[in-house]
Amino acid sequence: MNIHEYQGKEILSKYGVRIQQGIVANTVEEAVAGYQQIAERTNSKFAVVKSQIHAGGRGKGKIVGTEQRGVQLAKSADDISTIATNLLGNTLVTIQTGPEGKVVNKVLIAEDVYYPGASEPKEYYVSILLDRGRACNVIMASTEGGMDIEEVAEHTPEKIIKEWIDPRVGLQGFQARKVAYKLGLTGTANKEMVNFLISLYNAYEDTDSSMFEINPVLKTSDDKILAVDAKVNLDDNALFRHKDLAALRDKAEEDPTEVEASESDLNYVKLDGNVGCMVNGAGLAMATMDIIKLYGGEPANFLDVGGGANAVTVEAGFRLILKDPNVKAIFVNIFGGIVRCDRVAAGIVEAYKSIGEIPVPIIVRLQGTNAEEGSKIINESGLKVYSAVLLKDAAELITKVLA
Amino acid sequence: MSILVNKNSKVIVQGFTGSEGSFHAGQMIDYGSNVVGGVTPGKGGQTHLDKPIFNTVEDAVKTTGADVSIIFVPPGFAADAIMEAADAGIGVIVCITEGIPTKDMVKAKSYIQGKNVTLIGPNCPGIITAEECKVGIMPGFIFKKGTIGVVSKSGTLTYEAVDQLTKAGLGQTTAIGIGGDPIIGTTTKEAVEMFMNDPETEGIVMIGEIGGGMEAEAANYIKSTGNKKPVVGFIAGQTAPKGRRMGHAGAIIGGADDTAAAKMAIMRECGIFVVDSPAEIGETMLKALGKK
Repeated sequence: MNIHEYQGKEILSKYGVRIQQGIVANTVEEAVAGYQQIAERTNSKFAVVKSQIHAGGRGKGKIVGTEQRGVQLAKSADDISTIATNLLGNTLVTIQTGPEGKVVNKVLIAEDVYYPGASEPKEYYVSILLDRGRACNVIMASTEGGMDIEEVAEHTPEKIIKEWIDPRVGLQGFQARKVAYKLGLTGTANKEMVNFLISLYNAYEDTDSSMFEINPVLKTSDDKILAVDAKVNLDDNALFRHKDLAALRDKAEEDPTEVEASESDLNYVKLDGNVGCMVNGAGLAMATMDIIKLYGGEPANFLDVGGGANAVTVEAGFRLILKDPNVKAIFVNIFGGIVRCDRVAAGIVEAYKSIGEIPVPIIVRLQGTNAEEGSKIINESGLKVYSAVLLKDAAELITKVLA
Repeated sequence: MSILVNKNSKVIVQGFTGSEGSFHAGQMIDYGSNVVGGVTPGKGGQTHLDKPIFNTVEDAVKTTGADVSIIFVPPGFAADAIMEAADAGIGVIVCITEGIPTKDMVKAKSYIQGKNVTLIGPNCPGIITAEECKVGIMPGFIFKKGTIGVVSKSGTLTYEAVDQLTKAGLGQTTAIGIGGDPIIGTTTKEAVEMFMNDPETEGIVMIGEIGGGMEAEAANYIKSTGNKKPVVGFIAGQTAPKGRRMGHAGAIIGGADDTAAAKMAIMRECGIFVVDSPAEIGETMLKALGKK
C-alpha cells in the first residue's frame, strides 16, 4: 500500500529520522496558515508547496493546461495562496501518473532546507527494499540525489552503493558507517548519516514496509542529514498487524472501481482495453489477458475471482466490468479445481438474470471439475453466451465477436 | 522415480483441524496420499479424519516418522509453522498459506538455510506426483502418470498446462507449484534442476510470470546443462502494466528485467521452447519431444 509523502515523513519522524518539517493543508486557507507557522518557526520567508499525490515526478509535472508545477518554492503568503489555488482540486500530470493525471487534494507546506551556510547543501539518494534474489533487505545509496535512480543504475551503476542486511542480526553499525564513508561524508555529516540510516532501517523493519525511497536525502549547509521526500510502500500482507498504518489508506488516490472491487474481496486492476475478463487464479488471469491481446483484443482489466467463485462473486465481477464503457466483450475463463464449473455456470445464469440485459457478447470457457455439467447449464439457459471448453477455441471466439 | 514426494512419503498436515486443512487433508487421503496425522496445538491426543492429532510437529515426527508436511495455518502464524517443521526434521515442507508478511518469510527462509529441508511455497497449490501422492490443493483427476515435469508460479495456470499435456497424451512425473510470493522456498531453477536429474522426467514445462529474476536464472541453468531435456516455457503477464501488483504479491513489474518480454527473450536465447499463447503448451511439448 502506498501512502503520501507527509504520512511517510510522520512515520520516519517517530523513529527519530530527521525530516524536512511541514504542515499538510486541504484548503488554500490552511496552506496560508501553515506557511505562517513555518515562517515563524524557521524565521525564513521561504517555504515549498508540494502536491500530495501517490506518484513521483511531481517537481517536473504540470497541472493540466497550465504551467504550474507540482512542487514550487514560495516567498510570501501571497505566493502560497496563488500556488495552492493553482494546485488544489486540479489535475497534476507527471511522468508516473500517465496522461490522465491525478487530482491534488492535499498540499504539504514544507520548510526551506536549502538555506545558505558554512558548506554547500548536497543531495543524496537512499532507499531500503527487498532483494528478492538474495531473500533479504538491501540498503541502496548514491551521491546522485534527486535523480531517477533507474537511470543512475543504467548509466553509472558504480555510483550505487549496496549493503545487504542479514535477517538474523539486522543492520549493523559498521554497515551504516561503510555507506556513510562511501558517500564521501566526513565529520558531523558522517555521524548524522549513520544515525539517519540506522533510524530509517528501524522504521522500515518495525512498520513491515516493502520499500522506503528517500530521494533526496539532504546534507544541509550546517551538516544535518534529513529526508526531503519520503516514498513509503507498506506490505499489504502485514497490514493486519498494523491497524494504525492500515488507516493511512487514501481511497481517493485509487481507481473507484478498484476500491469497490476490494470491498467485494475481488482482485481487480483496471486497464485500458476493450475486452473484460473474469478468471479464477492470478496466473491464469494474467495469461487470459495475454491471450485476449494475441487474438486481436486488448484486456480491459485484470480480475481474479479466487477459489470461491459463486453467484455473488460472479455478479459482482460482471457489474465491475460493465462499469467500463470501453468494454466490447467479456471473457469468463474458469479452470475448476476446487471450484466446480456447474456452480460457476449457475452463478453466471443468475447474475445475468439479476443484472438484466448485458449489452456485450460474453464468452464463457469452463474447464476442469464438472465442466460438462457447466456447459450444459449455459447452453440450456437460452442466454446469448458463446461457450467453449478448450482455451484455444475460446480465444478464437474473441476474434470472432470483435470482428 | 519422481521428485520430492512419492507413494512412500509420510505426510502430516499442520493446521489439520481448520476448515481448509480438514477439507484438503480429506482430498489428499482420497487421492491416495499417505497422510499419517496432523498438528493442531491443544488438540494433541485426539483424532481427526481417523488420524492422530499432535500438539507439536516434533511429537508427530517421533510417533509417525513423517517426512513431509503441508501447512494450512493462517498467514500470521505460517512462518512459525515452517520453522517448526524444519526444526523437527521434516524434509519437504509445503506451505499453501497465502498472504504471509514478507518480513516473516525473510526470517523463515534464513532460518531453514543450511538445514536439510526443501520448502515449497508459500502461496502455492503444492506438489503432486501423479497417481502416487498429492501434497496440495490441485484437482487430482487432471493428472496422469507420465514423463513430463511441471514447475509453475501459479495454481490454475498449472492446471491449464497439465490438462493440455494430459489431453495431448503426455502424462506427468511430478508437478510443483512454487508460489507467487516475492520470497519462496524453492526457486524455478532449483525445481528445474531436480527434474533434469530425475531419470524418469523427459521434458519440462516451466511457467513463470512477471516480477523477479527466477526465470532468467532457470534459463541460464538450462543452457548450462546443454539443454539436456526439452523445456517448454510460458510467462504470464505480457499485457500487465508496470508497477501494479497483479494478484500475486510477487507479480509486479519494477524494472526492465521484470517484464514478460525480457524473460521470454532470455528463455528463447537459452534454447527454451517459449510459447506466446498459454493455449499452446501441450502441442509445443509434443513438438519439442519430436512426437509431432
